[in-house]
Amino acid sequence: MLTTNQNRFNALLIPTLSILLGFIFGALLMLLFGYNPIDAYQAMLMGVFNSPYFMGEAMRQATVLTFTGLGFAIAFKAGFFNIGIAGQLLAGWVAAIWVALSFPDLPRIILLTLSIGAAIIAGAVWAGIAGALRAYFGTSEVIVTIMLNYTALHLTNYIIRNVLTTGNTTDRVSDNASLSVGWLTDLTQGSRINMGLFIAIIVVILYWVFMTQMTAGFEVRAVGLNPDASTYAGMSAERNIILSMLISGGLAGLGGAVHGLGTFGNLFTQSGLPSLGFNGIAVALLGLGNPIGIFFSSILFGVLDVGAGFMPNRAGVPDEMADIVIAAIIFFVGANYIIRVALDKMQSNKTAEKGGE
Amino acid sequence: MSKMKLRSLLAIGSSAFLLAACQGEDASDPAEDPATEEETGTDSGEEAGEETEAVDFSIGMVTDEGGVDDRSFNQSAWEGMQEWGQNNGLEEGDGYAYYQSDDSADFVPNLNQALTDGYDIIYGIGYLLLDSVNQVADQNPDQHFGIVDDISDRDNVVSLTFADHQAAFLAGVAAAETTETGKVGFIGGIAGPVIDRFETGFTAGVAHADDSVEVDVQYAESFGDAGIGQQIAAGMFSNGADVIYHAAGAVGNGVFTEARNRMESDPDNQLWVIGVDRDQEEEGEYDGGNLTLTSTLKRVGTAIQESANQAMEEGFPGGETIAYGLEEGGVDLVEGNLSEEAWTAVEEARQAVIDGEVEVPEFSYSQE
Repeated sequence: MLTTNQNRFNALLIPTLSILLGFIFGALLMLLFGYNPIDAYQAMLMGVFNSPYFMGEAMRQATVLTFTGLGFAIAFKAGFFNIGIAGQLLAGWVAAIWVALSFPDLPRIILLTLSIGAAIIAGAVWAGIAGALRAYFGTSEVIVTIMLNYTALHLTNYIIRNVLTTGNTTDRVSDNASLSVGWLTDLTQGSRINMGLFIAIIVVILYWVFMTQMTAGFEVRAVGLNPDASTYAGMSAERNIILSMLISGGLAGLGGAVHGLGTFGNLFTQSGLPSLGFNGIAVALLGLGNPIGIFFSSILFGVLDVGAGFMPNRAGVPDEMADIVIAAIIFFVGANYIIRVALDKMQSNKTAEKGGE
Repeated sequence: MSKMKLRSLLAIGSSAFLLAACQGEDASDPAEDPATEEETGTDSGEEAGEETEAVDFSIGMVTDEGGVDDRSFNQSAWEGMQEWGQNNGLEEGDGYAYYQSDDSADFVPNLNQALTDGYDIIYGIGYLLLDSVNQVADQNPDQHFGIVDDISDRDNVVSLTFADHQAAFLAGVAAAETTETGKVGFIGGIAGPVIDRFETGFTAGVAHADDSVEVDVQYAESFGDAGIGQQIAAGMFSNGADVIYHAAGAVGNGVFTEARNRMESDPDNQLWVIGVDRDQEEEGEYDGGNLTLTSTLKRVGTAIQESANQAMEEGFPGGETIAYGLEEGGVDLVEGNLSEEAWTAVEEARQAVIDGEVEVPEFSYSQE
């Protein structure tokens, strides 16, 4: 009983300390280079929270990050590093726009379901390639997913130029395929926040139910903890590897659909992989794999992402510096392992002393 | 021992909290008076206006993913904007500013940020921003915008386009007149209408001067990766090309690197690179001389200055497309290291294009 309370306390304390240390480190960096960190952080936070528009934009960013974060988390729980979230997101984006452009006149409910469904399948297939290779041939999913990222990037650009259009940008999808919600857009003074937010909340709940209440979720976790023991207990490691990668990619693909149909409403040639894929990894690590934690850490990242844009022009901190500060925060988030070890040491010392007395 | 450890850990922990507390306090202080800050800001602006005769006009720009230090496209826009600001007695951040986009999702928030900051005209630099500019322009019909390299049909947007194919045509003439191997190369950034103009113009220029010269065309699928540029250039040089024209932003830096390396190890085998958008003469400096044959110019900065001036003096040219070609001096080719013979051929070709004797094709494929 005591230990579960302790664990729960740590689960909140570790990310909080990570964020705090990240901000402090960022502030020290800015001081070192002669910029005022208080002005900078103030510009960042006020920029976002003083305006409904930018709050809406931060939430829009958070929505997509929730999907990529959950996607990374489930593969991570099963013991894999799915670095290919960015590529799977692109695959979903392409699929969603493709379907939406092919059947512009279908009723909204049907078109959205088809588009989003196609995106989930596309993301799942893309991740499934790495999962199947891993399960049956033991290839490293890290390398395969990295390579698939670039394959997805160039394939996307090829499809845009040769299949969907002749230029660099596809047409906009019809209103029937748009995820935007009138009152939400009005509430945030025209930001691109969309119904993806509600989908994200539903998915967070589903994710929690799957992982904690269902046998399949338990098996995924068990395989992640110890594949040999799970196989011995009669679970199929191959099946669970592939299943977790399929879900992981499906979530990333869903994020791509929300990004494509919600944020942009079209698809354009990409010069690099979307950063949302990689930030999803940081979001998942900060949320410690807990779906609700992931939801809140994606909100933090959304605010950081949108807020960093205010630092150059409102606080005179150069764009590069703003990027470094954000990177420092992400670094400390990623390095929360160190904080966890330090905390464990402290607590075990405490109990040891108590026992001694 | 364990007590020592515990104590030091506690010390670290408490200092972290102290620091955090300091930060919280300090942050909350100025947080209360953003309004006063803003007031003083506008006050000083007005004062400056009275004293230095600074114009009461301001312009902002949103970059594409290249950023203002890409040594070509965005940089030339920003340099033009800085010059405009200085000529008009304005200061950066007040009279002119740029907003850097790290990701295509940043375009719209950046445009909105510039809007909140109150710039009179907000320019989107590059065709990638067209959709975003249109979207924000629709939401804010009273705000003026500009778009470079593409055409917007909105009434509150001025479109600035460049006849890149004309300058590339001259580069093609220069390359064909210079090559000794009868083989030249073209390295494009990301394939699409804008870079296609460069390719089509260049190929046509080569054919115009000497149709026995072969053109090797390749795309890097990037505007930022110098490594790919170097790799493609290595392949082209090895296949016998001795002049390469790049229209690929920062990818071109790799092309210059490869040419420099080869010239330094084998100075007798003359290789040339043709620069793009800005005069890239300094990129071609190597131990034995300079290998930048010439550069095509694209005066994005001048275009921005002219449209801003027009807006101040005669009113905003909303809904108009201002096209810059050889005739207007919006695009051009520098003399650089061209031989006298080649330069004469270029001058003749330029005159022919301006007079309309030669029509340079703009696209390799038909536009819808």
